[in-house]
Formats: sequence, structure tokens, C-alpha cells
Amino acid sequence: MSARSNILGRLRASLADTRPRPDDFDETLVTGPWQYPPQERIKRLRSLMEAVQTELHLVTSESWPAKVEALLEARGLANLLYAPGTDHGRQLAAHWQAGGAKPELLAYDRPVEAWKEDLFWKVEASLTGTVGGIAATGSLVLWPDRHEPRLMSLLPPLHIALLKASEVEDNLYTIMQRQGWSAAMPTNLLLVSGPSKTADIEQVLAYGAHGPKELVVLILEDA
Amino acid sequence: MSQRIPVRELADSFRGRASEALADDQLRTNFRVAMDSLMKKRADAFPDEDEREGLREQGNHIKARALSRLPDLLEQLEEKLTDNGVKVHWAETTEEANRIVHAIIEARQGSQVVKGKSMVSEEMEMNDYLAERGIECLESDMGEYIVQLDGEKPSHIIMPAIHKNRRQVSKLFHDKLGVDETDDVNELIQVGRRTLRTKFMEADVGVSGVNFAIAETGTLLLVENEGNGRMSTTAPPMHIAVTGIEKVVENLRDVVPLLSLLTRSALGQPITTYVNMISGPRKADELDGPEEVHLVLLDNGRTGAFADAQMRQTLNCIRCGACMNHCPVYTRVGGHTYGEVYPGPIGKIVTPHMVGLEKVPDHPSASSLCGACGEVCPVKIPIPELLQRLRQENVKSPAEQPKVKGGGAKYSRRERAIWRFWVALNTSPVFYRLFLWGATRFGRLAPKKAGPWTDNHAAPVPARKSLHDLARTHLEKGEGQP
Repeated sequence: MSARSNILGRLRASLADTRPRPDDFDETLVTGPWQYPPQERIKRLRSLMEAVQTELHLVTSESWPAKVEALLEARGLANLLYAPGTDHGRQLAAHWQAGGAKPELLAYDRPVEAWKEDLFWKVEASLTGTVGGIAATGSLVLWPDRHEPRLMSLLPPLHIALLKASEVEDNLYTIMQRQGWSAAMPTNLLLVSGPSKTADIEQVLAYGAHGPKELVVLILEDA
Repeated sequence: MSQRIPVRELADSFRGRASEALADDQLRTNFRVAMDSLMKKRADAFPDEDEREGLREQGNHIKARALSRLPDLLEQLEEKLTDNGVKVHWAETTEEANRIVHAIIEARQGSQVVKGKSMVSEEMEMNDYLAERGIECLESDMGEYIVQLDGEKPSHIIMPAIHKNRRQVSKLFHDKLGVDETDDVNELIQVGRRTLRTKFMEADVGVSGVNFAIAETGTLLLVENEGNGRMSTTAPPMHIAVTGIEKVVENLRDVVPLLSLLTRSALGQPITTYVNMISGPRKADELDGPEEVHLVLLDNGRTGAFADAQMRQTLNCIRCGACMNHCPVYTRVGGHTYGEVYPGPIGKIVTPHMVGLEKVPDHPSASSLCGACGEVCPVKIPIPELLQRLRQENVKSPAEQPKVKGGGAKYSRRERAIWRFWVALNTSPVFYRLFLWGATRFGRLAPKKAGPWTDNHAAPVPARKSLHDLARTHLEKGEGQP
């Protein structure tokens, strides 16, 4: 007998003559207290994320690449990891080509194995998109794919994320239903709610544990 | 680190360790400060009592529903994960789980493992098992890393190094890593970050636990703040997740309330920094993520707990740690006193099914039954009720056939005889009067030593007149009449 059949057999024997409990899931418990008028959503997301040391800026779908440039310059960073196969990646590259000396643009265009050491130690910042935000908890939803791989939002000390104002939803339940997650989960789906942190020593909050030390969210007001 | 990690020597009984812990002022201060703060954070995270109670009720229903269909959901989970490209393994014992993990690593000729936090891997003592076979297994959660570096075990399920203060950590880093001592927590964390980043890059295997396994979609959901869980599950070419069979839930939507209950109960956070949902290995056209993902489903006594409808409720647990944060006993004696992987109230009710009640006979009674644990439990496990049940199982005679593994360890014929006498005395009026008559007249002949009680107290001496006598005299005199 295999472990599998032994385990399942014991469980089934214990459930003999019982019926499954009914599904009485009440969505109002997880949506009711977490609803906001549209103009409040950004405000709430902002205050929750700022409370965990996230920097947020309101920008437009035209102006954001210049803001990225300014953020890197203010920190004196040497390079930026980006996803060349995405719309925002192309927009960023176009801005970068137009005149002036800028930090080096690094395209995530080959498998991690081909440049692991550089990814871990040399990359100073990254830019990724998001597929939405959650007002209730102050979270970003990231949907990594072949164009924008998972490690982009994890390895660089500075992570800059683009968030469309129209894609900020009230709560996790709403965004999950609206975007139909359960029908098509990606390899990796992430909720990110601030820079990496820990309170493992004396419960003192310290940022930059293993992931990004800084998280900057650029909210595209007109998108 | 190829030899077995030495674990600090502690007394070999709960009572002995408790006495040591109670005499350690530093330890008691560390725990008191931490638990007070965690209790406040939880209270602040649930400002609305109705909302909190509604959510706890729902959390309980979701887990009860999942357990009522557990074998079906496990099969569904396996099927979905397999479709997604994840290999699923089943293990009845920790030994079997270790063998599976080792074989998977061997097949890839792996030699370096980084681990995200996983209590199930602690159950398995996976670090030791792999180290004995020449595989380095490094903890990457800051707290776990600290306790591993010091050859200790975690003392809290979500705050493994809660028993240490910054000076103790600083000294440890200085001694083991050769860095300068510092009182700055940020600097200490940066030391950990630098050291572990190299390991994340070099590791061939990442091991993690699972917070929720979702049957509907074949998804493993992990919560964390540090990013070490994401590192362990993303950077190495292979990811092995280990989890107990009770972690499965039916639908993706079911995790919405459970997630909220978990992070608010554990740390008072509306959500953790990262919620990491993994539904498969790297696809052919993707550029990172593990090429192989495995899930090991561990029983280790869980089917035993499941067999008993009352004890089955222990499998509701979502491992938030709120019960220990609120436990007056845990706060005073600390996590190591329990001597097992899971300390505190939850440890007392899950450990017997894993190791047998005879190995932890003092645990069920190391409780004042104050009820705080049951009151804060996000999935409404009636912990005090289950502790009382374990106390009964603990003293059952072999003829009474204890139902919990290792039950009856505290059965004593002498104690049973004393209780029989007590019952007879209190249920027979003749016998009772006779006893009273004797006790009031010859009470001063009672022994001056009455076990441990008289170590710190005067021995009780029965009064010359019983309450019955006094009441009778009182009524005969007609006093107290309106």
C-alpha cells in the first residue's frame, strides 16, 4: 500500500456516514467593510502604503518616464532593469533614447542563469507594471510573465512599479472576481504591500530584509 | 555545517525547563515585552468586534468545510497541481518525508538548500537529516537564521528568535560571522541580508512551507514580509514545498477571509508585505522561476487527530501564533520549555497526535484554562475544551482504551482509588456524615505533610465544627429569620 492510499483510506474511513459541510461563504463579510467611493480608493491605498515606507507619486501616462529618470538621478543610481517586451518598457526605452546621459538600461531578455551574478549584485533598480491595486490593504497586484519575469520585483534594492488609477479596486475579493483569477492562474501571482521588511529582532521594524529596500509606486492618474 | 547541529542542552522535563525559564530574568523580559506588543497589535487590527467575530465564524466554517471533504480536496489538489506541472508526493511519517526530499535533491545532484520558513520542515528535522547526508540546509528567515546560527530551535512559530534581544544577536553575529558588534537592528539585518544573498544565488534547491494549498486552482499560497520566501521559491532551479495535509482549502476565494484573519491575528498587519501564489514551475518561454516544483504532503499523526471528531478541530489551525501570544503560561516560560516543535496552547493540542501523549504528559495541565487562547483563535478552535479532553485521555486506564495516541500515560491506580473514595464519600449521606463526625473530632491528627502543597503552605486542619453543624445551630436559634 502506498502512503497516498493509506492516508486517503484513513481519512475516508473517518468520514464514513458523514456529509460534507455546506458552502455558506458570505462574500459581504469580506467586501462590506472594505468599500470606498472611487475618489477615496487612491487616498486609502496611499496612506496604507506610506505607513510601511512606500513612496507614491501621482503622474500621467505621458510624464512617468521622466519621473523614473528623476528618481534614479536623485539616488545616483547607475542602472535600471526593465522589460523590453512590454508597452511600458517600450515607452521607457523611447524616453531613454531621446537625448542626455542617463543611467544604463538593462533589458531582462535572457534566462536568469545567463546573468545570475549581475542580477543579484549589480542591478540597482527595476521598473515593472502591475495589473491593479487593492485599497483595503494597500497592495499592488503583480502578474509576472515571460516579458516581465518574477525576479524583477525582488532582487534590485529599488523597485519602481506603475499603477493605473483606474485599476485600483476596493478589496482582494473584488479584484479576484473582476479579473477572473481562479479561471487562469499564472505561474506566479503576487501581492506586494511595501518594501521588504522584518521585525525578527526585538520586533524592531527594519526595511530591506531580503527583497527591495525601497518601493516607489507611480500612480498614472489618467490611465 | 556538515555535522549535526548541536542543540543547547535544557532540562529533560517540562517542569525542569519551566523552573529554569522562570528563573531567567532576561528571557522573561524578552517574552513579556514581545507578547504585550503582539497582543496590542492584534487588538488594534480588529477595531470592530462584529466584523472580527463574523470573520472568525467564517474562518471556522471554511476550515470545517474543507476538512469535511478532505480526501476529495487532496485528490483535487493533486490533480490540479499535476496538470500545472507540479509533482506531488505523499508521506505518512517524517522519516518518509525526509527520504522523499532527499531523493528529489539527489536526483538533481543538489548540495545547497535554502529554506523559507516552514514549521513542517521543523517537524521533520529536515536540516539535520540533510546535513547528515552532506547537504547544507540553510534557514533564510532572519529569525530562523539567527536561531540556526546559535544551534537553537525556534521558540515561537512566527517569531523564531523572540527570546533573544539585539545584544545577544549582535554578539552571535560577531562570534560566528566575524562582524563588528552593534546595537543597531538595521545594521544587524543588513549583515543577514548580505550573507544570505550569496546563498540564495548559489543554492540548487529552495525549500518552503505552505500557508494555504488551493484545490480549485492547484495553487500554493505563502505569506511573508522579508522576501526570503520569494527568494527560496524563485531563485534556485528547484523548489520543494512541504506541508501538512490539513492546509488544503477548497476555493481561491476561501483564502480571502483566512488571509485577513492570519495576518491580523499574527502580527496585527492588514496584510503581509508579500503574498506569493505559486501555481507551477517555470514555463518553456519564461526567463526565471524554478524548473521543477514538488509538493510533499505530510501526515505525521494528522489522520489520527482527524479520526476523532472532537480532536479533528486541531486541524483548523492556520498557524498564526495568536494563542501563544495571549497565553499567560507561554509568556512566562517561553517556547523552548515545551521541548517540542509547536509550543504554547496550539502545541499542546497538536503535538500529542504527532509524538504521542506519553511524550508530553505535562502539557495538557500546564494551563490555567483561562480561555484566552480559545477567545483569540481566528478559526475558533476550542483549545481549552481540547485541553480538558487531553487531561482525561492522559489518565485513562488501559481498560478504558485511550483514543489519543499515547493516552493513559498518567494513569495511576492510587489516584484512581482516591477519586473512587471521594466519589463514594460524597454520594452516600451515611458515609459522609460518618466522615464529618470523624474529621471534626480527630482533625488535628491529619498529616502535617501533604505533598508539594505543604512545601509552601501550612497544612490544612479541619475545623472543629462543620458548615452543616454551624448552619443547623444557626437555624435552631432562629437567627437570620426575617
